[in-house]
Amino acid sequence: MSVVELARPVGKPRATPKGPRRRVTAWHRWLSPLALLVIWQIASATGLLPERLLAAPATIASTAVELTQAGTLPTAIGVSLQRVLIGFLVGGAAGILLALVAGLSRAGENAVDPIMQALRALPFFGLIPLFILWFGIGEEPKILLVALAVSFPLYLNTFSGIRGVDGKLAEVAKTLKLSRGQLIRHIVLPGALPQTLVGLRQALGVAWLALIVAEQVNATTGLGYMINDAREFLRTDVIVVGLLVYSALGLATDAIVRLLERRALAWRRGFLA
Amino acid sequence: MATRLSGVARAFGDRVVLDSLDLELRDGEFTALLGRSGSGKSTLLRALAGLDDEVTGKIDVTDSVAVAFQEPRLVPWKRLLANITLGLDAPADKAKAALAEVALTERSDAWPLTLSGGEAQRASLARALVREPELLLLDEPFSALDALTRITIHQLVLELWARHRPAVLLVTHDVDEALLLADRVLVLDEGRIAHDISITADRPRHREDPDLVTLRTILLAALGVSPEGRS
Repeated sequence: MSVVELARPVGKPRATPKGPRRRVTAWHRWLSPLALLVIWQIASATGLLPERLLAAPATIASTAVELTQAGTLPTAIGVSLQRVLIGFLVGGAAGILLALVAGLSRAGENAVDPIMQALRALPFFGLIPLFILWFGIGEEPKILLVALAVSFPLYLNTFSGIRGVDGKLAEVAKTLKLSRGQLIRHIVLPGALPQTLVGLRQALGVAWLALIVAEQVNATTGLGYMINDAREFLRTDVIVVGLLVYSALGLATDAIVRLLERRALAWRRGFLA
Repeated sequence: MATRLSGVARAFGDRVVLDSLDLELRDGEFTALLGRSGSGKSTLLRALAGLDDEVTGKIDVTDSVAVAFQEPRLVPWKRLLANITLGLDAPADKAKAALAEVALTERSDAWPLTLSGGEAQRASLARALVREPELLLLDEPFSALDALTRITIHQLVLELWARHRPAVLLVTHDVDEALLLADRVLVLDEGRIAHDISITADRPRHREDPDLVTLRTILLAALGVSPEGRS
């Protein structure tokens, strides 16, 4: 009987206060950024913050609308997005492929891993001068810089994910008489997936970073070009719009990966909850 | 095809675990393998399962071997049904029948990490049995279960064995478990089969059965333990 009486108070009180309290906190979290915006707007309006240093929020907003209507911004976004996408696909495919080669056999590891570890130590932004000499100032050096940046986190994480797969499951696979192909498909790759997804998120982060750097150096189109061009004319509003778009794109791609994670790692949900 | 081992040996460094061991497991027979911890029970089972590349000697074993391990070792990213059919071409209804046999029909869509210990162990049995093995190797599969679950799963194993009639080798450190389940109890000591005892008592068996009580004393002595717990 005491068990029944005890059971209720343990579970119940947690459920009720949590909902409303959460919502209040969420709302509160918008206050300080809003206040900052207001202060910023006032500082700009009173001349405390000159426009050549930083444009007012209202100006930035209207510039964003103008740039969108004129087509400048959508075009720039399209160009930059394409660079990131192609670079990401090329670098991601290379990174994962190399990780498979290195992860699935000792010979592959001996062939691939030392080179990757050595290259990893190279600061890849330092390669820009070489890339310009090799590939000129067109699209290739930008895409390749993104690809290079992306390939390392995906390689390292996928490789360690493959090597981290539970040996006991490999034994199960053996007793179930799985072929090598089946072992890789059913045990190794899904086992490595959580770590690969960590790599994917890191890769997306550096992809945008690499793009920004590449576009600042030499570009005639794209977001980086828009920002650089604006600097020449002291258009801080355009610069800020460009930066905001960069971060929005970064957040958006991160959200896509998180969605992917939730779907691909659904088997862990019950365990984590 | 009966399972025959002759002159089987395995050492880990200087420590000899199996020492020219001879053993025959007969078709359809339920054999329990007892031994003190570290006596090489699991090493022998792994050799039979083909999981040990460094074991030497002659091992004649059917291709049709299935294993249930101490931990259920379900593949966590495959739903239960997919775990059962993993590596099989068998149609899904066969796997469903296997799940029904271990009373897990309703969990066939569940992720393994959401199963209880007993459910997971039953699933592991289903995964082994759906392969219709001639030899079923059980590596202390009940040791991590609570006492009540263990009793039900003992019954289940006997039922499944009676229905499918594989040869069973159950590795255990639990003398009572061996006495309740097996036709034949082996004691592994110093790397060889030191005792080979047949149990003819009818099933279901009871611990209090005088024949079993006598056998328990004999087996405990063979394991170096007297019933009072002193050697």
